[in-house]
Amino acid sequence: MTTVDIASARPRLRPGRWLTGIVLALVVLRIAWFLVDNPRFEWSVVGEYLFDPNVLKGLGMSLLLTVLGMTLGSLLGVVLAAGQLSDFAPVRWASTGYVGLFRGIPPLVQLIFWYNLAYLAPTIAGWDTNDLITPLTAAIIGLSLHEAAYMAEIVRAGILAVDPGQRDAAKAMGFGAAQTFTRVVLPQAMRVIIPPTGSQFISLLKGTSLVSVIAMADLLHSVQVIYNVTYKVVPMLLVACVWYLVVVTVLSLGQQRLERHFGQGHQL
Amino acid sequence: MKPVLQAVRVRKRFGDHQALDGVDLSVEEGEVVVVIGPSGSGKSTLVRCLHQLTPIDGGAMYLDGELLGHAVHRGHLRPLSEAAITKQRRRMGMVFQQFHLFPHWTVLRNLTEAPVRVHGVAPAAARDRALALLERVGLGERANAYPRQLSGGQQQRVAIARALATDPRIMFFDEPTSALDPELVDEVLAVMRDLARSGMTMVVVTHEMAFAREVADRCVFMDRGRIVETGPPAQIFGAPRSPRLRAFLSRFTGPSEVPLDA
Ligand SMILES: Nc1ncnc2c1ncn2[C@@H]1O[C@H](COP(=O)(O)OP(=O)(O)O)[C@@H](O)[C@H]1O
Ligand SMILES: [Mg+2]
Repeated sequence: MTTVDIASARPRLRPGRWLTGIVLALVVLRIAWFLVDNPRFEWSVVGEYLFDPNVLKGLGMSLLLTVLGMTLGSLLGVVLAAGQLSDFAPVRWASTGYVGLFRGIPPLVQLIFWYNLAYLAPTIAGWDTNDLITPLTAAIIGLSLHEAAYMAEIVRAGILAVDPGQRDAAKAMGFGAAQTFTRVVLPQAMRVIIPPTGSQFISLLKGTSLVSVIAMADLLHSVQVIYNVTYKVVPMLLVACVWYLVVVTVLSLGQQRLERHFGQGHQL
Repeated sequence: MKPVLQAVRVRKRFGDHQALDGVDLSVEEGEVVVVIGPSGSGKSTLVRCLHQLTPIDGGAMYLDGELLGHAVHRGHLRPLSEAAITKQRRRMGMVFQQFHLFPHWTVLRNLTEAPVRVHGVAPAAARDRALALLERVGLGERANAYPRQLSGGQQQRVAIARALATDPRIMFFDEPTSALDPELVDEVLAVMRDLARSGMTMVVVTHEMAFAREVADRCVFMDRGRIVETGPPAQIFGAPRSPRLRAFLSRFTGPSEVPLDA
């Protein structure tokens, strides 16, 4: 019998993969050529306006609203998630009711509602509502409250994914309820919480464009203002797209780092 | 002598199942009590109740003479706050069947976190103590590993060291070797044997009958939520009185070895 050693085998022939690779390369080349060759994209205009002060101001506003909305929304979301899992029924009902309500109402309607709050409540605790509710505060409140409802569901799923034995062990080691939650349960829940939170962050970034209805100048609004004057619609929209893509890319890198951090001890 | 732990007519119900049906148990200082009994007889429920991980429905439990879980407040007996119960729990240690080490922390941090955050021990002192404990359970070199990088037997030894790190008055073990591959059981039992010899007060639920015979000061046989028989291991294994205990033991040793005439 001849001696066979599969270590000397050649790679398997995979013609299907070659074909797929070639087709994909052709599609990418065609799209790239479309972008470069078509004069209507007006790439020179894109370059001219990319760092336009008004565009940068709009970008800054979009980032500010995203970061604030995400931070406040996440904090409130964690509280709501804990509330939904509380063993005290009224707290559970209130949290679940909040999530149901604020997930169900379109964010656009929420923004308009907060912006026009003075119509329903002219004063709040003795303060003139119109002094409290500026376009900025209305945008922050609206986006945060909306975001909190989504984050509550994400955090709740993350908490439920943690082995209940971990809670037992934390209690057994003498950790109180708060320490058990913040030191043992939440850090482990983060592995499940982070990926969908990254998607939330991105959709909130794009969702900030809604605030233009209450006279806030976000990134998309700022390019609209420009093309309403210059009629350079396509290149100005490309300016906005470039910035959205830059921010999203940076964010994805940050997300990868966070995932690695909270994955510590779980790799095996 | 005053018992470290005392349970009086402890009752616990899950739905319409009476998991503990009036359990009396008293554990002296330095005593090793081994709890045996068939699956579902309430052994886990008993240690979880004693450790106040599960609230009881009736009866009373005392740690060093102090009533656990309740106190008289404004003339009436009322449940303690969760914070007050946590404080009582800090004087007891628990080792679980499934280890339940904290996977996001290194072995060392598993041992230091509770002493530092809960008992206010200085980090350097907690670290020294943790390393000494790891040395004692034979894992001095694995301080910086994560739990998932260890074998089951090693994880359980870390879990024992973790429970010891807070200097408990009494330690509970709920089937500490039942989740282990057979060849890893002995290393864990060796650590527990060493602990028992050092004078630790222990309540051990186990199916390791040889270990029970050798290490127990007293054996307790549970069935259907009750303590059916209790006594020194020589009596429990050598001269079991109740038919249920005899039937239970026959599953381990084979019927021929159990005297039927006792
Ligand atoms: N959290 C729980 N909810 C409902 N039933 C439970 C719970 N824990 C234990 N039981 C029931 O109580 C009985 C005793 O369980 P357990 O104490 O785990 O027995 P053992 O540890 O002796 O095998 C079993 O019938 C079990 O199904
Ligand atoms: Mg059990």
